[in-house]
Parts: sequence; C-alpha cells; structure tokens
Amino acid sequence: MDTNFSKDDIAFRDEVRKFFDDEFDSTLAKNLGDGHGDNYKESIIAWQKKLYKKGWIAPNWPKEFGGTGWTDTQKFIYESERGLAGVPDVLPFGLKMVGPVIYTFGTQEQKDRFLPKILSSDHWWCQGYSEPGAGSDLASLTTSADYAGANYLVNGRKIWTSLAQYADWIFCLVRTSKGARKQEGISFLLIDMSSPGITVKPIITIDGRHSLNEVLFENVSVPVENLIGEQDKGWTYAKALLAHERTNMAEVADSKRMLTELKDKASKSIGGGRCLADDQVFQKQVSDVELDLMALEYTELRALASIAEKGMPGPESSLLKIKGTEISQQLHELHLKVAAHHGGAVALTEERYDEIQVGSDARNRYLYGRAATIYGGSNEVQRNVIAKAVLGL
Amino acid sequence: MNFDFTEEQTMIMDGISRYVREEYDFDVRRIIKDSNDGYSKEVWRRFSELGWLSIPFDEVYGGFGGNPDDLASVMIELGKGAIIEPYVASIVLFGALINESSNESLKKEIIPKIINGDYKGSFAYIEEQSRFEITDIKTSATKCNGGYTLRGQKLAVIDADKSDGFIVSARTDSSQFSTDGISLFLVEPEAQGVSLSNYKTMDGHSASVITFEDTFVSDENLICAVGNGYSHIKSVMPQILLALCSEALGIMETLNKLTVEYSKTRTQFGSPIGSFQALQHRMVDNFMAYEQAKSMVYRGLCEANNYSSGSIDLDEFTRVAHAVKALVAKSSKQIGDESIQIHGGIGMTDELNIGHLVKRLMMINVEFGDGDFHQKCFGQN
Repeated sequence: MDTNFSKDDIAFRDEVRKFFDDEFDSTLAKNLGDGHGDNYKESIIAWQKKLYKKGWIAPNWPKEFGGTGWTDTQKFIYESERGLAGVPDVLPFGLKMVGPVIYTFGTQEQKDRFLPKILSSDHWWCQGYSEPGAGSDLASLTTSADYAGANYLVNGRKIWTSLAQYADWIFCLVRTSKGARKQEGISFLLIDMSSPGITVKPIITIDGRHSLNEVLFENVSVPVENLIGEQDKGWTYAKALLAHERTNMAEVADSKRMLTELKDKASKSIGGGRCLADDQVFQKQVSDVELDLMALEYTELRALASIAEKGMPGPESSLLKIKGTEISQQLHELHLKVAAHHGGAVALTEERYDEIQVGSDARNRYLYGRAATIYGGSNEVQRNVIAKAVLGL
Repeated sequence: MNFDFTEEQTMIMDGISRYVREEYDFDVRRIIKDSNDGYSKEVWRRFSELGWLSIPFDEVYGGFGGNPDDLASVMIELGKGAIIEPYVASIVLFGALINESSNESLKKEIIPKIINGDYKGSFAYIEEQSRFEITDIKTSATKCNGGYTLRGQKLAVIDADKSDGFIVSARTDSSQFSTDGISLFLVEPEAQGVSLSNYKTMDGHSASVITFEDTFVSDENLICAVGNGYSHIKSVMPQILLALCSEALGIMETLNKLTVEYSKTRTQFGSPIGSFQALQHRMVDNFMAYEQAKSMVYRGLCEANNYSSGSIDLDEFTRVAHAVKALVAKSSKQIGDESIQIHGGIGMTDELNIGHLVKRLMMINVEFGDGDFHQKCFGQN
C-alpha cells in the first residue's frame, strides 16, 4: 500500500506549481477569489484562456477531444496544486458537464461545432435542469419541446440556473413525449441563449449576490440538429453526466486550502488580544474537520486508483459528494467564527478587515455555501442513491 | 498509487477468514470466552502452526518479517471473527516492544518461543493516576546489585493472567511526568513480590492489577537501555495503533454487513425495515463512517511505508497515527451504537453477536489511548 510519487510525478508537480505561481497573478486572485465582482466574467474567461493556451483546460477529457492525457496520479497532483495555490476550479457547465455529454453522445457535427468553443471558453454554458416543480424529483420536469418540422418549439421555466446572465448557450432537459415512466420522453437539447423568446430573470441569494437565475422559454425555436442523441432518451445522457458530476464534488484541494487559511487567520492576534487558535473548543472543532478531510483525501485517492485499475470508481466514490460538501460547510462555519471573533457583529456587516480578510467574505462563503448540500442532487437524494445502489436496500 | 493488499497478504486473509468460518464461529468463541482459561491453548497452537504468531517478528528470530500492511491484513480478519485469543496483548503490544528491543539475548530467547506458541506476554504501563499518559509513571525501579528493585502498581494489564512475561515501565530516574528516566523491564509473573488481581473485561478478554513489592529484576531483563523507555514506546506506538485500528476496521465492516442484512429480513408495518428512508439514511451514514475509517487506516499504512523508507520522520508518522486512532474511534462509536439501534430489541441480547462485536470495539477504543486523547495529541501538533 503506497502513495509514492515517481520522479516524473514530482517533476510534473513542480511544473504545475510554477505555472500557477507565474500565471495566476494577484489581480486574478482578487477578482476570482471571493465573490463575483463586476469584472468576474472577463476575469474567469481570461484565466480559462491561459489554461487553454497551456493545454490544461480539460484534464478529464479524452486526449482526442482536447484532454491532457495525464495519468490519474497527475490529475490528482494537478488538483492538489490548484487547491494549494488558491486557484478556482474551471466553470463546470461547459467543461465538466455538457462537454463530456457531447463527446460521448453527440454527432460528429456537434463535436466539431461545440467542443472547440467549450475548450477555448468562447462559449459560456449554463445548465437547464431544475424547474419550479422539479427539484430533487427532476424527472417530473414539464418544460416542453414540441416537434414542428425542422425545429422544436420550447415552452417552460428553468430555475436555479447558475450564471445564466453571462451564458451564450444552455443545455436543457425537456419533455418531448409522455412515456409510461416519467423518465421516458425526456430529451437533451442545446439552446442558443440569444434565441428570441428567452428571458433571464435574476434570483438574488441570501448572500446578497446574483449568481442564480430563472430562465423562461416562450415559443423558443430550436433546430433539430441541436438534439443530443435520440429524442426521448435524454434521461440516460443526464444520468451519465450526474455520475461524472458526483465524483467532481469532493473538493478536497479547496477544503485543504480553506483549512490552511482558517488556521492561519485563527492564529492571528489583533491589538494584542487573544487569538481563537488558543481556544480549546475551537481546536476541537478544527481537528474534527481536519480528521474527516484527511480521510476524504484518501477516499478520493482510492476512487482514483479504482478508476485507473478497473475503469470505474468503487462504492467509496459515492460518498465523495456528501462528505465533501459537509466538510466545506463546516469550514465555512469555522471561518465565520474567526470573523465573529475579530469584531463580533461588525463582521456580519459589509465592514472588512483588509489585513486578515475576515467579515463579509466569511459571511458570504457561509451563506452561499449552504447551496453545496442542495445542488448536484441534494445530500438526501445522494443517500437514497447509495442506499439503493451500494447497500441494495 | 496502490491500495491493494498483495497476493501473499490476500492469501493470509483468506486463510484467517476460512478458519473463522470453519473452526471459530460464534458458538465456539462463546465456549472459549466462558472457559476457565479465557482462551484456547489448542487454538493458540493452531495460530502458531498457521504462522500467524510470527507476522511482525524479524526473520533472524524465525519471524515472518512482516510490515504494518501484513499485520493490518491479519488484524482486519481477526477482527471480523472477534477472536478472543490474546493476539493483541502478545503479538501486537508485547511483540512490537520485544521485536524492537536492543537486548539481543532476550530476543533470541523469547521471540522463537512466542512464534512457537510457548510464550505469551503483556505490556504493563497504565497506573491508577496515569490515564493514557505513558510518561505518568510512579512505579520505581531502584538500582541494586545485579539489577533493580521494582515497587509500584500497574492497572488494566490486558490478558496478563495468560502471560509468561510482562514488560513493565518504571522510573529509574526523574519525576512523575518526565520523558526521561523511564526504563522497560521484562518481569515474570512468578518473580518474588509480584501479585495479580484478575478480572474479566467486557469484550471477553481479561485484565489485571499487578502489584510489585520489592521485586528483583536482573540487568539482563532490560528491554532497552536504561532511561530509554519513552523513546522505545514512542517508536512502536504508531504501528500498534494501526494494528488496533485495523482490527476495528474488520469489526465495523462485519457490523455494517450484518445490520444491512438484518434490515432486509426484519419485517414491520408489512415491509422490511430496510425499506424505510429513516433507516436507509442511517445505514448510509454508517457505510460512510466505515469507508472514511478505512481510508484513514490506509493513509496510516501508506505513511508507515513512507516512514520505513525514510521519507517522513517519526513525529510525522506519529501525528498520522493519532489521526487514525481518533477517526476510527468516532466511526466505531457511531457504527456500534447504530448497529444495536437498528437491530432493535434483539440487538440488546447477549445471544446475538452484534453486542459482542460492539463491546470489542469499545475496548479497542480505550486501548492505548481513547479517541479523545489521540485527537488532542493530533490537534496539538
């Protein structure tokens, strides 16, 4: 049993470290670090284009479609270094969600048309799954796409659509027929956001910011060549994507970074006051999270090793999303405690101590972080999935 | 990156698994547990024949020369059978201390006997005031002609009533909490001034209060150099913790398996109780607790490898071992409590194996420091 890196792996690690050091500059760090500032869109595209130029934009894609051809160990190293450097992950919608669906189930024409612009970040994608009446019970969705000659006419509402205000394209699950089971009759459609009949309405979240939206479709005409795979078989493609999505949600590297920052901030004293790191209750809470995170890191490694060996993750991978999001929420909570320690109620207003960056950042991360156990299949739904698929209940 | 046990390790695991299934089922275990000896000489002999008593010992003394992975593979399977034999006391604890000893003649004499099944040992280190602090020692060893005079009392010495020798920590110098001045002695139960008061522990093992009243121990019975006891214990502690946690892993796996199986057969309100979401989510949480514990034990084993190859030092290895023990304690408590709860009334009975597996987990938790103790050690470093 070992996790030793080869010489090549260590050389690779140094290369990744240097790249992040050189290219992820302080302006990018400021604009992408916490909160979505005014130039969020430009900044994230600028950063993703740097990765694209380096050839590192899509480590998980097969090489023939623009992936890196890295070993699983290299992918792990890349992710760890990204987390350590505080570099945000790429936007998932194009690169981790619709991209894999297109290269797996799309036609050659669709691959040629969409994949290059996903890689180059010239297309900003968003995800049209949830509806007001279809959350955890996603298959009960009702947005309709009626076949009319060379086009589908789409009508309905999608909700909780992250960053739709910036998007050029949306991939949607729509109902094309009423099957015997509600999972039948769903199709996977790619829709141009500039199509007439689409309205994007902002939803302001509890952190006061605008990242979520409602997307309304009124007689939106979508050419049939934008259908992925077969009509009425969209659920199958969506499920394949969900499996892909779940293994991406452990966010171990990001949580490790948050833990380091937490210990760092908690050990700072202001004006000679006592620091929180000396508080025994706080110490216990930090080590509780750290223990879980140390274990989760190896759960992720075990999943990677299993993929490398057997071509698929073992049952352990199913807990990555649940544990990963629970850990990140616990870290958000502890960051909020540090903020409160450094100024009590003040930290909960817009005030901000620049030198230690507490206050509004911690508050916003905590509040927006509540979403992590809701999105991507709520943690309760994840537990249902494990009960059925792993425990056979 | 590799998280598989080797072919050889898998063979040993299969061997133990078959043995438990065919020769050491729950009824056999109960008979042995309730016997006067509290273990089976015959079973111990079989363990020796099958080579399981030789695992951690160096090859020069006739041992298998196993690494922590080898010992972990054995412990996982012994855990699944809730084996009542004094393996932890003799092979894991006493074994590690003697195997790393600098006293060559003692090793040459004793290790082959252990491997043959003719010698069992225990480690006497806890005192009434010490809790889990291995440096909190009041037992004294005063220099005399040709040896030392021991005076003091040790508590909760696991399986001491079955032992042919105890390794005893005592102060040859310095004050109560000091890391200096601790020495380790091999003492025989027959030595003058040694008295034992034995009692059963809840997991079916036994423990003793051992009193030393001016017991003479020869210079030749020093396990390591005088005053080096603390660093000797410290050097073997991580591997001992990993072995204990591996045993816990085997038990947790069994408890989860039995509980899920039971929930599929027990019917209430016209349905198997495993069809109820309230219980499903709890069993998923138990599954996660087990997988996380397994990941942590594997992390510990990988670090053991890194330690033996010199890429990390003892302090780093120790810190991870603290983390492993702390997390395994949490998972053990959760899985133990939940297994009883989901079984309901039947889970409360002495007749069912569930409670016995849980009691072994509870004992593992307090052996060599409980979860809170290790979490504190982990958090402080």
